[in-house]
Amino acid sequence: MSETVLSAQNLRVHYHTRRGPVKAVDGVTFDLNEGETLGVVGETGCGKSTLAKVTLGLLPPRTEVSGSLKLRGKELLEISPAEYRHLRGEELALIFQDPMTRLDPLMSIREHFVETLRAHDKKLSKAEASERAIDILRSMGIPESRIDDFPHEFSGGMRQRIMIAMAIVLRPKLLVADEPTTALDVIVEAQILDILRDLRRAYSMSLILITHNLGIVAQVCDRTAVMYAGRLAELGSVADVFRRPIHPYTQGLLASTIHLDTRELRSIDGLPPSLLDPPTGCRFHPRCPHAKDICTREEPPMVEYRPGHFAACHFGADFL
Amino acid sequence: MARGHSLLAYALTRMALAVPMLLILLTAVFIILRILPGDPVLALWGGHTPPPEVVEAARQQLGLDKPWYVQYWNYMTDFLQGKFGISIGEQYRGTPVWNQISQRLPATIELSIGSMFVATVVGVGAGIVAGSRRDTWVDVAIRLYGTIVWVIPIFWLGLIFQLIFGVWLHWLPPQGRWTGTDIPRGVTGMYTVDALLEGNLAHFWKATQHLILPSLTLGLVLSGFFTKTVRANMLQTVTADYSDAARARGVPERRVITRHAFRNALVPVVTVLGLQFAILFAGAVLTERTFSIEGIGQLLLTSITSKDMTMIQGVVVVYASIIVVISLVVDILGAMIDPRIRL
Repeated sequence: MSETVLSAQNLRVHYHTRRGPVKAVDGVTFDLNEGETLGVVGETGCGKSTLAKVTLGLLPPRTEVSGSLKLRGKELLEISPAEYRHLRGEELALIFQDPMTRLDPLMSIREHFVETLRAHDKKLSKAEASERAIDILRSMGIPESRIDDFPHEFSGGMRQRIMIAMAIVLRPKLLVADEPTTALDVIVEAQILDILRDLRRAYSMSLILITHNLGIVAQVCDRTAVMYAGRLAELGSVADVFRRPIHPYTQGLLASTIHLDTRELRSIDGLPPSLLDPPTGCRFHPRCPHAKDICTREEPPMVEYRPGHFAACHFGADFL
Repeated sequence: MARGHSLLAYALTRMALAVPMLLILLTAVFIILRILPGDPVLALWGGHTPPPEVVEAARQQLGLDKPWYVQYWNYMTDFLQGKFGISIGEQYRGTPVWNQISQRLPATIELSIGSMFVATVVGVGAGIVAGSRRDTWVDVAIRLYGTIVWVIPIFWLGLIFQLIFGVWLHWLPPQGRWTGTDIPRGVTGMYTVDALLEGNLAHFWKATQHLILPSLTLGLVLSGFFTKTVRANMLQTVTADYSDAARARGVPERRVITRHAFRNALVPVVTVLGLQFAILFAGAVLTERTFSIEGIGQLLLTSITSKDMTMIQGVVVVYASIIVVISLVVDILGAMIDPRIRL
């Protein structure tokens, strides 16, 4: 049994807005092991990106966070901002959706790396920092000659490789990638996914891959977590969740993807619920074709229907 | 090397383009001055009607008896040879316009630099503080400050400063550029610079003391613009994608603010800095008046009262040329800050 890197227990993140608390993450529990890749899938606005932000400690001020989130046994929700800053980059790293706007347009690539490395080691000289930058960039296929170029001189795919290089230059234990390929074209997407896969092998890094693209999860991940309206609907190995989905929401998601033999494309009726005022009981019940009376009243618990395969559905046993 | 060469080419092109611009401006001023009611000869008599033969003689002497297109042709051909003409106004009649301007220009330049310094340091500083502490009491106070100085009349603020620091507290001289007869005489005509060139620190301090109140007056009024612009830009850049990404890499908040947010907030400010100088010169006219500084702003005012057409044309050309040069420098500065700008 490998070591648990990240452990979330009943994690809740409620944003304060004028119209009341937005329950972006509302009771999420999962474990992530060393070297493992967890794919988090769900529709827009289901709380996926909030999960990334809370892990990195980058939530806006006055956001209410409760439950537990442990990084290798250390409670992240209780550490000081200064301590958290050191963790970011060294232990935890984040790759963003849109690489076009994530690099400072006024800074060269070298300056970006020097700044990042010196933020964690003040004694590091500029020359040493540059040296490390050149090494890691080369491993990402960015030649040394381009280190003094500015962000606007790179393509989207190159910028994302630079962002990944910067994220892993301090060898963090956990990498969170929030829709890392959504803004890129298909060929570049494949390159980036290859890189992410290789990283895990080379540095035994754990990866949380947040995406709305089920194909990416199937390609890259070991396990997958399906998120719906701030909660986990289903959690299990990629093989289980994709071949034998339990939750009707997961079934709907899978039915709405295109395969070569797709004759008729299905969709899930209705819209994702508002996180300001989510439905009672099972949050999926207004859109669920199998919903019964109990679904409107009681929240279904996460039940382990198969070893390592959990789902939150009152009638999960019916779908085995 | 290629970059340096293109920069030079760019600067030369801009300067070359300034020549037709100045000629058009000068033509416009020339026409406006002749359309406006009033006459430099009649202005001498201050309301009384002089005998017609006296008027005629004076007009002949000043070259005003010729048709306007002849006057225009003569003026323009002189101007293109670098001659600004002879004053036809009451005070400076018969003296070369350029002599009057060049005597007074250093005072205006000194005041402009001083007030731009105050405006950028105070305005940009306050803008950063307000922008990075959104909706705190500091932010509210600075926003209030920005609005107040924005609407304050320059002469009123000047008078208040003169009263408080000059008359009541006796901290600083309330007016003029110098007290006493030992005026620094150097090549630049700017007393602070000349004193430094002489190596006379006492003189430098004295010149600076005279410069403080007028620079503060004009500078604070202009600082409102910088405060508001920098604050508004900071609000965006503090939460910009690249700032968040820097935080996610563990870059300390202080550095995110000073390095990422601030530098990016400055880019649009630099773009409009050249235009701010135009406003600065307008304000300098009032400031020179309030503090009795003999600069070209004062010269312009007296020339307007006495309908001194050649002098007004000369001063306008000088103002316009300075603004052309400054906007060029500012554009080059902008290109140095922002690598995306290629001149």
